[in-house]
Amino acid sequence: MEPRSFQLFPEAASNFAGQVDGLYAFLVLTSAFFSLIIAFFTVFFAIKYRRKDNTIPTPIDEHGIGGMILEITWSVIPLGLSMVMFGWGAVIFFTESRPPADAMNVYVTGKQWMWKIQHQEGAREINELHIPVDRDIRLTMTSEDVIHDFFVPAFRTKSDVLPGKYTTEWFRPTKIGAYHIFCAEYCGTKHSGMIGVVYVMSQADYNDWLAKGSGEGSMAEQGQALFNQLGCGNCHPSTVQRTNGRAPNLAGIYGTTVDLKDGSRVKVDEAYIRESVLNPEGRIVAGYDNIMPTFKGLMTEDGLLKLVEYVKSLGPANGAPMPAVPGTVDLNPKQTQLKAGGTAAQAGKK
Amino acid sequence: MASQSTALQHHFENAEQQKDASTIGMWVFLVTEIMFFGGLFLAYMVYRQAYPAAFASASNKTDLWLGAANTTVLICSSLTMALAVHYASIGKKNLIVLFLVLTLLLGGTFLGVKSVEYHDKWVHHEIPGANFECEGCADAQHASLFFACYFGMTGLHATHMIIGIFIILYLIVKARKGDYGPEWHTPVEMFGLYWHFVDIVWIFLFPLLYLIDRSGGLKG
Amino acid sequence: MITAPSPVLTKKNYLNEAHSLKSWLLTKDHKRIGILYLISVTFFFMLGGLYAAMIRLELMTPAGDLLESNTYNKVFTMHGVLMVFLFLIPSIPAVLGNFLLPLMIGAKDVAFPRLNLLSYYVYLAGGLFIFTSLILGGVDTGWTFYTPFSTSYSNGYVLTTGLGIFIAGFSSILTGLNFIVTIHRMRAPGLTWFRLPLFVWAHYATSMIQILGTPVVAVTLFLVVLERGLHIGFFDPAYGGDPVLFQHMFWFYSHPAVYIMILPSMGVVSEIISTFSSKKPFGYTFIAFSSLAIAVFGFLVWGHHLYVASQSVYAGMVFSILTYIVAIPSAIKIFNWLATMYKGSVRITTPMLYAFGFMGLFTIGGLTGLFLASIGLDVHLTDTYFVVAHFHYVMVGGAIMGFLGGIHFWWPKITGRMYPEGWSKLSAIMVFCGFNLTFFPQFLVGYMGMPRRYHVYPPEFQVFNVLSTAGAGLLGVGYFVPFIYLLWSLKYGKLAGDNPWGATGLEWKTSSPPIHQNFEVTPVVTQEAYTYTTEEVAHIG
Repeated sequence: MEPRSFQLFPEAASNFAGQVDGLYAFLVLTSAFFSLIIAFFTVFFAIKYRRKDNTIPTPIDEHGIGGMILEITWSVIPLGLSMVMFGWGAVIFFTESRPPADAMNVYVTGKQWMWKIQHQEGAREINELHIPVDRDIRLTMTSEDVIHDFFVPAFRTKSDVLPGKYTTEWFRPTKIGAYHIFCAEYCGTKHSGMIGVVYVMSQADYNDWLAKGSGEGSMAEQGQALFNQLGCGNCHPSTVQRTNGRAPNLAGIYGTTVDLKDGSRVKVDEAYIRESVLNPEGRIVAGYDNIMPTFKGLMTEDGLLKLVEYVKSLGPANGAPMPAVPGTVDLNPKQTQLKAGGTAAQAGKK
Repeated sequence: MASQSTALQHHFENAEQQKDASTIGMWVFLVTEIMFFGGLFLAYMVYRQAYPAAFASASNKTDLWLGAANTTVLICSSLTMALAVHYASIGKKNLIVLFLVLTLLLGGTFLGVKSVEYHDKWVHHEIPGANFECEGCADAQHASLFFACYFGMTGLHATHMIIGIFIILYLIVKARKGDYGPEWHTPVEMFGLYWHFVDIVWIFLFPLLYLIDRSGGLKG
Repeated sequence: MITAPSPVLTKKNYLNEAHSLKSWLLTKDHKRIGILYLISVTFFFMLGGLYAAMIRLELMTPAGDLLESNTYNKVFTMHGVLMVFLFLIPSIPAVLGNFLLPLMIGAKDVAFPRLNLLSYYVYLAGGLFIFTSLILGGVDTGWTFYTPFSTSYSNGYVLTTGLGIFIAGFSSILTGLNFIVTIHRMRAPGLTWFRLPLFVWAHYATSMIQILGTPVVAVTLFLVVLERGLHIGFFDPAYGGDPVLFQHMFWFYSHPAVYIMILPSMGVVSEIISTFSSKKPFGYTFIAFSSLAIAVFGFLVWGHHLYVASQSVYAGMVFSILTYIVAIPSAIKIFNWLATMYKGSVRITTPMLYAFGFMGLFTIGGLTGLFLASIGLDVHLTDTYFVVAHFHYVMVGGAIMGFLGGIHFWWPKITGRMYPEGWSKLSAIMVFCGFNLTFFPQFLVGYMGMPRRYHVYPPEFQVFNVLSTAGAGLLGVGYFVPFIYLLWSLKYGKLAGDNPWGATGLEWKTSSPPIHQNFEVTPVVTQEAYTYTTEEVAHIG
């Protein structure tokens, strides 16, 4: 990260860097080739056909066979090349938007104008992100206020960080070092101050760093403390054996699909857990009444992430890949409307 | 006066060209209006799709009977407007004025009923903002989106009605002077297009805001 | 060419017909309205340029030492708002389009002259709102007004600016409407669609975008104003809304808006290249239809602004492929212009230099657009200086080169006088070089990862920024010189004659400057556009 002498490529420090740089190089070469052709012919024609006398040049009939061949050539060749660019870019993007199942989770909260980061193990940091080298890292991100964007040029990836939503971003750092974090979506006065540093460390160094931790226990433990403190357990059982009629049992619920009161179904993912805390009356699980008060305004995004992590830790799908469309978790994914009969029929099939 | 209005403007070759230009111009204008309302319809549809339960319960809060009455009023006003255009084209001065006045009255009725509905929403704190409340709504936060769309769409529609009423007043004054006849009545005809357009927008708004999920099938 | 300089224009024309201020301010003559627009857009361009100068000066050093962060944010916002809404969008259509469209189709005026004057005052009213918010203290949202920042967090004058843009939008709509009707119904006898100059085709396509796109951004800003002013929530998640919906609605207009800026410019370039090659544009129909294709496909690509904004992966791919498809018609135009010069009779004049400049800058702008269309690459590049450089190459390189080229090309027609050739060539070269020096380094620093809208930046980016600022200085001079000599030429320029370039359009068949009614007798068109004859070519000898 120390300013080196003049460079044209940022540090290449993630699994994506090589792919993105390769595509970039291909595009630079193609563009340079076409730019030079166009520049050459502009200058060449301007000189070669400079006005010499008053004779009128014969217009060329572009509808003739030669003209049509030309028109088709210079339409089809660029089209073909651009389809290569499209395909290549799409393949890279597809990988970028599919985090590996066993990626290490880190939680990011953006706030005017800082990055707050929580590790599953409980360590917390501000404007710094410590991660081990050669491990797949998946960031789950949200914002407390406006839209931000978590951008690490050395990793060649970024993603918007939106309020009211979880977005994800993943990468595998390949090189030990320190790299810039930039906020890439304009977010107000100190936008350019919303920067930080990613420290990519060896696994051993990372373990040492974690060991220094916050002393507050893991995120799930902190989430459990919050769960007890807020009295969630009065209605929501969190062990498999216990049930009551008031609220769904949270043990093992993460990653499953539940039937809702209005007949639709929803996958219990991070977004749905968050939504259920903040707007419990929105989508109620079938068989329960609308009795839960909202915790909107009482919970920070950081606290919510801890609760999410706690519910995830109750299994069974803990650590499993994101079930919804990766790269983006909409708080309210499109619901499939099922008639009341439809739900019964489905239940019957099971 | 009449000669002044009917005169061919200097830059047109003939009356036919002038009329054609006005007609195309009006239709193009209506296209822009469709796009203008289109933005709001898009927002409505996106949110309705995202929060069906909230929208269903919130739309039950609208007054079906007042909405239906207003729909009838507007359809009638389109008829009177069409008749005004018809009599303008055959030059029946008194009948033009009569039907323009009827259109004006029906338009006024619509706005009156609308303001009763607005007042009702105001009383029940159903206007999005700080004091928003929605008794019995499935999901108050997203129900407020319904009302935001409701006020945005009906408000924009009402604005068009108000502008229309001012134009009718102008047309009535001109018609009383006998400005419109078989050879020239472009303003009445163009305004007719506008009025029908505003009517049609309502024909879409009424089912979207008042009718869908009225049966209670989706009550969350 | 007229050799004896004659400093006074005696013949009756639209300029000397009446002299009172009222005769200008209440004119319904499309030519005078064009001049009113010219004066206004020049004013706003200079204001926007002033802001650009402040941005470049600030960015010369990595630290934020000239302006406070808050001020810097307002400066780049006002630069964007002024340039986009009050300069680039009205520049060619409202100035050259207004002046030339009726002349080119042999009409006495646009279809609705009063509406035309109205749309000028609507524009001015919008400008006044924006200017007022600037005087009051400015707005700091960026010209994109992203929610929820603009509706709930910004402390600038979002309401007045938003209303200003809303109002100015109607001016654009009315101009587009007027042009469409004019082109449909006001053509001279014999002037069939495929005899129209390409400038007219380009304006037809532009008008389509204006009437279809502008209402959407207007209603979007209206919703922003409702949310900010009355807390009627649409986009802020705190009210249950979705901030990304705003982005969809905003870009549905604002992407095609780029084509509002660039298509007229392409029309200008088609005219210039044909005239100074004395040759019918190669692929006339391809150029004409590519304008329409751009207008249509331009409406289907807005999602490429949202690749990283939590849009679904597959939506991103669809928008990516459509973006590549919209690039093809632009490529077709470039190749056709080249082929027009082939075996032509080429004269290197100032407008021609600007047309070459357009081709160079637009090629780079267009090709770098391919980088951003490629979804995997865009994830790295979006919201960096690469994007800033790209859209300046397209919007400034494209639109302003076309605007200046057009102003020079039709200056003899508009004023009846010639500008000094030496100075104008010098400034055209300065603009081209200055532009490249300003914006090319921004591609490089963008790939390095410098985000846009950064007031303070890490020191390793400084080299590029210093180069960029130096280029901006040269560019500024290049813009200012024409301003001086064009004013000078109003009084001291040589008389131009009716057709100084040996061009074929109907606008060259009437006197320079044209009379109030445009033509003594309504012209009758009997041949295709761009039929160069010996008479015209000999004329310019």
